Amino acid sequence: MIDLEVPRKFRPLVEQARGMAEEVFRPISRKYDLAEHEYPQELDLLSALIDGMGSAGAGQGAGASSSTRAKDEHEGGVAAVGSGRRHAAGAEVRNGSNMSSVLSILETCRGDVGLTLSIPRQGLGNAAIAAVANEEQKARYRGKWAAMAITEPDTGSDSGAIRTTAVRDGDEYVLNGEKIFVTSGERAELVVVWATLDRSLGKQAIKSFVVRRDNPGLRLVRLEHKLGIRASDTAAFHLDDCRVPAQDLLGDPEITTAGGFGGAMQTFDNTRPLVAAMALGLTRACLDTATELLAGAGVTVDWDRPAYAQSAAAARLLQMEADYESAHLLTLRAAWMADNGRPNSMEASMAKAKAGRTCVNVALACVELAGATGYSERELLEKWARDSKILDIFEGTQQIQLLVIARRLLGMSSSELK
Amino acid sequence: MAITSPSLAERSQRLGLRLISKVGGLPVMADPKVRGRAERILNRGAHGGFKAQVAVGRAFTKSAGSGAATRPATTRRSGRFDLTPTEDQQMLQQAASDLADEVIRPAGSRADAERAVPDEVRDAMQQMGLALVGVPVELGGIAEERSAVAGVLVLEQLARGDMGIAVSQMATAAVATALALYGDSDQQATYLPHFTGDEPVTAAALALQEPQPLFDPFDLVTTAVAQGDSLVLNGTKALVANADRAEIFVVSAMVDGEARLVVVEAATEGVTIEDDPAMGVRAAHTGRVVLTDVTVPTTNVLGTTDDHRDAVRRGRVAWAAAACGTARAVLDQVTAYARERKAFGEPIGQRQAVAFMIADIAVELDGLRLATLKAASRLDAATDAAQVVGEVRALTATHAVQIGSHAVQMLGGHGFVKEFDNERWYRDLRGAGVLEGTLLV
Repeated sequence: MIDLEVPRKFRPLVEQARGMAEEVFRPISRKYDLAEHEYPQELDLLSALIDGMGSAGAGQGAGASSSTRAKDEHEGGVAAVGSGRRHAAGAEVRNGSNMSSVLSILETCRGDVGLTLSIPRQGLGNAAIAAVANEEQKARYRGKWAAMAITEPDTGSDSGAIRTTAVRDGDEYVLNGEKIFVTSGERAELVVVWATLDRSLGKQAIKSFVVRRDNPGLRLVRLEHKLGIRASDTAAFHLDDCRVPAQDLLGDPEITTAGGFGGAMQTFDNTRPLVAAMALGLTRACLDTATELLAGAGVTVDWDRPAYAQSAAAARLLQMEADYESAHLLTLRAAWMADNGRPNSMEASMAKAKAGRTCVNVALACVELAGATGYSERELLEKWARDSKILDIFEGTQQIQLLVIARRLLGMSSSELK
Repeated sequence: MAITSPSLAERSQRLGLRLISKVGGLPVMADPKVRGRAERILNRGAHGGFKAQVAVGRAFTKSAGSGAATRPATTRRSGRFDLTPTEDQQMLQQAASDLADEVIRPAGSRADAERAVPDEVRDAMQQMGLALVGVPVELGGIAEERSAVAGVLVLEQLARGDMGIAVSQMATAAVATALALYGDSDQQATYLPHFTGDEPVTAAALALQEPQPLFDPFDLVTTAVAQGDSLVLNGTKALVANADRAEIFVVSAMVDGEARLVVVEAATEGVTIEDDPAMGVRAAHTGRVVLTDVTVPTTNVLGTTDDHRDAVRRGRVAWAAAACGTARAVLDQVTAYARERKAFGEPIGQRQAVAFMIADIAVELDGLRLATLKAASRLDAATDAAQVVGEVRALTATHAVQIGSHAVQMLGGHGFVKEFDNERWYRDLRGAGVLEGTLLV
């Protein structure tokens, strides 16, 4: 039966996440925007709370992408977030962990995107582990905070062209190369590093390795100063003869034409809806604040009257809410498909593309509508406008999403549609 | 791509039979209740037979109803996010989809040029009974409960075939749906048999639009002033579907300062029809209905102020559904075209400038479609739909139009000439976000 409302059983979870956003994130949002690279101590308490909720079975998935608490298999179970568990398609329609992750991340990002990215043990690396690791590895990394290191100075979107190498040496791999833009790279306990076993074999030879942060071969060289999401640390690493136990290679160590890179790339099918949800949360924050400010100025939206028969500001708000609705539903659809065992690569990219462009457009427009109040640091609108831009970039830029969608629609490979 | 082969009529007749065998084979048809419904949908033309083209101006003899109006029941929510249509909805969707592919799409170009739906297409569509999707079983229709979602799924498919033809046929259905949703028992008893019976009206129209710029459906120029037991109507309704053939109009007018719906029989004195051809939806043969001191009984007021508001909302959702269907036709066609058409030595789809336009079409279409379904499911569950309907309208007015523009751009000069459907899609998609009323889900 067609129903596009937020599932009833997830409403308590949404309320919880919303409370966290309003009570914990918002009050310290500006503080860590100004104090870039300072560790938000407040989050330690919070993550204890999240862990507590997890063990009580009440609110699993209240944070960002954890991968390690996926155990509740029955219908109605709110399993861990971004766990990437794909359920076999069955007769019964399910709303599972992918949906609950999207809903809870949306709420926490309504509070603050940078702080959401900084919740301990909820890193994107955890999503990668969940998507690719075997059971033994999942058990071994349980409860650890994992960052994700893909990008290199010379390869951004073209992640198939990475240069970091991994050479087998006895029971170990030796990694050499340079990684940049590692979210939570300083704070995480583990870093999932993409490296190639043989550059001449192309994408199939790319594997992901779990590297302990205290590995002496993994050297933090720099923390970036950024346009936005300043509460989240973004690190650059050098890997100099970094020795990693062979058992820390995620998934299949063989270079096969199938799987391999594809397997690593599958991480994105699970994380893109999550980043879309982050964009939705930020968009929601902007719209709520702008709506409140404009109401104070005597402008409210009439949903029934045509947009052109209302004030320009009201018409703009109406259009922005419409695009938010569209992005929101595309994101819920992508999560719903994952929860029901349907391939969602294209739909995940559609969600990310729409949510990414919408959040930047809305954030910048809300600054404009609020004028000096929007542009000044007195409100958070200017911060959200700065934060928003990353959401149309990381986990695949707008342009990469469009490529994924178009290739799928046209039935073209990456060598045909470059 | 006009196909005017004589086999069209033949094909449309065979289609009904094929559908019966196709749908009849589904496991769900073992359920006698479902089977009964399917038979009602697919077989309406079989008993009684159609006597179309009854002269405009038949007398609608007042009938007294049983006292309480019959209303389609609201749906019960599952509380679970789900995009799977019910079995009933899938059946309707499939029937409409086959009709679109086999009958409507091939006739689209001709219907647009002639500003008329070819007889054989009309017959095929009437036989399917899809026009009664909004009328409850108790009133002779096929709806078990509120059916905005079913209406969206059907309209989407029909408009994937051709928006003009879909609008022309479903415009009459809109009046039947309005009577089912808003009519009192006397109004239902008087008018609905003329939609569900053996001699259905040639056409009927829900006329909300007016010609003035910045038209606001809640702030009308048309007025209905009480004089004793009568209302006297004055005003002009624009772009009314099948205005010259309609036997009944449901018009909107200001009654005591509030917008309301009023039933006006076409034969009433003071009703004149002017031709009003438009940029698109030309198969619907739009006209103006000019009301000059038209006097109707006060009992012709249909529903409440809230019902008028509900009708405006349902009309917008219906237009969005039609836009989704036409946009789907665009996406399917430009995708195939970009794979085949070569320029600079390779298929144009291999260029990002082209591929990204196609991706944009897909993203905005899916977002609009999901929002449309959300609005419809809220209407069915009788929960607050105001905001999401407003959003759906805004998405239709911006993105559906952009998709129409892309449809022509993608083919360049070929998109601009009538050899392809694209220029018609461009014209039709502009209408979907502009027009009010006419359709209803």
